[in-house]
Amino acid sequence: MVIEAREKHGIEAPSRKDSVEDGMASTRDWVKRKFYGETIIDVEDLDFTYSKVRALQNVTITIPRDGVTAVMGPSGCGKSTFLRTLNRMYEVVPGAKASGTILFEGENLLKTDPVVLRHKIGMVFQRPNPFPKSIFDNIAYGPRIHGLRNKKKLMAIAEDALRRAALWDEVKDRLKESAFSLSGGQQQRLCIARALAVSPKILLMDEPCSALDPKASDCIERTTRELAEALTVIIVTHNLQQAARVSDHVAVFLAGGHLAEFGATREVFEDPESQEVGDYLQGRFG
Amino acid sequence: MGHTKVDGKPNLKIRMKHRNVDRYVFFALALVSLLTLGTIIYFIFAEAVPFLDKMRLVPEEQGTTSKWGEHFTDTRLGDLFTSTWRPESDREEFFGTLPMIVATTVVTLGAMVLAIPFGLSAAVFVGEVGPRWLKDVFKTVLELLAAVPSIVYGFFGLIIIAPFVRVHLDVVSGSNGLTAALILSIMALPTISSLAEDALHAVPNTYREASLALGATRWQTIWRTIIPSASSGIIGAVILGMGRAVGETMAVLFVAGNAPFLTWNILRPLRPITSAIALDMQESVRGSAHFHSLFAMGALLLLITLIMNWTAEWFHGRLLKRQGLKGG
Amino acid sequence: MTDRSLENLQDGITKRSMTQWIAFSLLGVASLFGFFFLAFILYWIIRQGASAISWEFLTTAPRNMAQEGGIAPMIIGSVYLTAGSLIVAIPFALGAAIWLSEYAWKGWWLRAIRVTVNTLAGVPSIVFGLVGLGLFVYALGFGVSLLSGMCTLAMLTLPILIRASEEALRAVPRTFREGSLSLGATRWTMIRTVVLPTALPGILTGSVLGMARAIGETAPIMFTATAFLLTQPYPTSLFERVSTLPYHLYGLVQISNFYNETKSIQFGTVFVLMAVVTLLNLTAIIWRTRVRRKKAW
Repeated sequence: MVIEAREKHGIEAPSRKDSVEDGMASTRDWVKRKFYGETIIDVEDLDFTYSKVRALQNVTITIPRDGVTAVMGPSGCGKSTFLRTLNRMYEVVPGAKASGTILFEGENLLKTDPVVLRHKIGMVFQRPNPFPKSIFDNIAYGPRIHGLRNKKKLMAIAEDALRRAALWDEVKDRLKESAFSLSGGQQQRLCIARALAVSPKILLMDEPCSALDPKASDCIERTTRELAEALTVIIVTHNLQQAARVSDHVAVFLAGGHLAEFGATREVFEDPESQEVGDYLQGRFG
Repeated sequence: MGHTKVDGKPNLKIRMKHRNVDRYVFFALALVSLLTLGTIIYFIFAEAVPFLDKMRLVPEEQGTTSKWGEHFTDTRLGDLFTSTWRPESDREEFFGTLPMIVATTVVTLGAMVLAIPFGLSAAVFVGEVGPRWLKDVFKTVLELLAAVPSIVYGFFGLIIIAPFVRVHLDVVSGSNGLTAALILSIMALPTISSLAEDALHAVPNTYREASLALGATRWQTIWRTIIPSASSGIIGAVILGMGRAVGETMAVLFVAGNAPFLTWNILRPLRPITSAIALDMQESVRGSAHFHSLFAMGALLLLITLIMNWTAEWFHGRLLKRQGLKGG
Repeated sequence: MTDRSLENLQDGITKRSMTQWIAFSLLGVASLFGFFFLAFILYWIIRQGASAISWEFLTTAPRNMAQEGGIAPMIIGSVYLTAGSLIVAIPFALGAAIWLSEYAWKGWWLRAIRVTVNTLAGVPSIVFGLVGLGLFVYALGFGVSLLSGMCTLAMLTLPILIRASEEALRAVPRTFREGSLSLGATRWTMIRTVVLPTALPGILTGSVLGMARAIGETAPIMFTATAFLLTQPYPTSLFERVSTLPYHLYGLVQISNFYNETKSIQFGTVFVLMAVVTLLNLTAIIWRTRVRRKKAW
């Protein structure tokens, strides 16, 4: 594939019309038309290499503001990697390199301060990972590192975050207890609350239900839907039903880190553009 | 037990038996370490007890002739914790070990004041901040530092550090508590650094990710998440480093000054327990009160280090337990 | 979030990155200390000691109250003691390590032996000296001799050797063991033919480290084996005293009020001691790295 030098035109940059990407470009145009002015993240030409292995190739995608965007694909297709580039968490792994443009709030987030970025783009991980502290201290962690000391305000933030994560009623009497005393599903909701406590604009969720039982997953899904009223959720999942239930839009990645399709959930599920995506959605592979 | 006619079965039986034999042979060899520790504890206390025992049985009895000779004329158990040490004397003998106990305390604490900040800083920098190759190099350097014989540290202290301390702090003798503490801090450094780095390394990566994803800087992540999570391992590392300082002999023998007088002043010549044993054992007569009093000091030293080791082990076990809890 | 609070955030982040910068700088400087010190002590010893080294220094006995001559008996004595202690300790250490990694049944005994090995590693070296005196010199009647010293040092190196050997044995992958057992080998045959040969480099590395530790120890042998300036410099039996490098240094420092009298001999002794210890350790470290890297499994 020819790599061209390109100008960056901001949010409304026209997409490149490579022969391979014709289908993609039309999808993008459709998104542009439909969500004009409602874009929150605009990814262009994102390449990602991890110790010389290319995990993402030429990903170009426009993620709409608000609602839930699901990122799907067979294992090893780079969907988690894609999520991790959005708040630069990939930098934790040595040897990882991302190139391209990811526009967020008018700036290429690959070039900004990751600390500022992560304040605005929160993340929930595959396995619940509370700190070995009390429930309250877990949630207060974020506001505290951003300099908030006032106990009353911290308490208010904690209550708000816990309510939004639908955990408040279960833990309001035991905020001083260790976070490890919670069940797996509760721990994951605690992690969601912890992320919400720094009031992010986007919440990234990396297969948040993969370590949970169906009932706990269900609860997380409902929480996710409710959260999407007020902020943008981008969720990685390998569970097709889950994607269909929670998301407004889906992006499907296929092997080699190619973005194969992006569109409204219903449309992609009912009428996929490419054969491969159709196969994947019918569970033929992955 | 009758003969069995099934082919191969006796053979199998022999092999089963053989299997058990080798298991118990190796178990016996493993017990040797237990036996060694038992022997150590037994012999130290066996040689220390006559001293304590004798003093308890014959308090203040002038001129008692016992199989220990005339050395016990005027000693009592409580004397062990008094401040006068004059073991071989024409007039009256005193076995007060308080000066040595205080000296060991002063020198060890002094060493820790330096070794803890330096050792932990290095562990954090190398484990969490610096690049990977630095960690490999650093671990090698620590291993080499730990391998330097203690007598070489003592020699170095005597010739380089003692004159430096004497000149710059304007004290009479450079062989004093401070010089010993400086040398001991260098000697405890590898233990503290290396074990603390292991403890940091054992903190699951998910903690780092969770903290960074909340917008914490790397330093905030280290300070608020990683260090608290590794704290029991770090405490264990510090205790083991301290144990090394308490038990160190040759280095302090060279530089501590060896004056058996009770003082808390680190700038005065001091005689820690280990030096006292090493110095006096060369002069004491076998079976004398002096001889046994040195074993009593050895018993005290052993007790202190055993307690320290077990405490460190306990902290380390707690770390492992906590890590296990996270995994589940 | 209002613009105003974003402004505050930006301020806060500047402050936080400043804090981070200061913290990392301090940590970096502090961690240089170890490197600096090792470099300095090596430089100092080489600079002062290298000039004392000559063929004569390494091959003759001391003369004239150690103010002249060399340190050959000390080198020989240290080698005897160290080699002897390893010969005594290795069978027990290897046996214990094999039990710990291959046979141990979970429970009280395993825990007890683990704790014992760790505890032994923390016993001060002077305590070993006292025990050696009480047990080998007096109780067993070996006297102050090479044999007492070997046994005392063997006690001291035992935990080091056990730990290193056990680590090497545990590094042998399970598939190797299963492969052997599935062919009908008994456990002992499996260990003998598969586990031990695979773990051998690691065990040897551990032994080299134990040797390096034993050769530099002074406190355990000062009452049990060694003496300063013997009339009979080279020991001819296990029941004689020996001269050793570290104790020779101790003696030299003790007898010279002004260390200038024997300065070059002192530094020469330190140089030889450090050279041996550092070379042994470096060999072990390099060897270990190479073994770990070459590991194909």
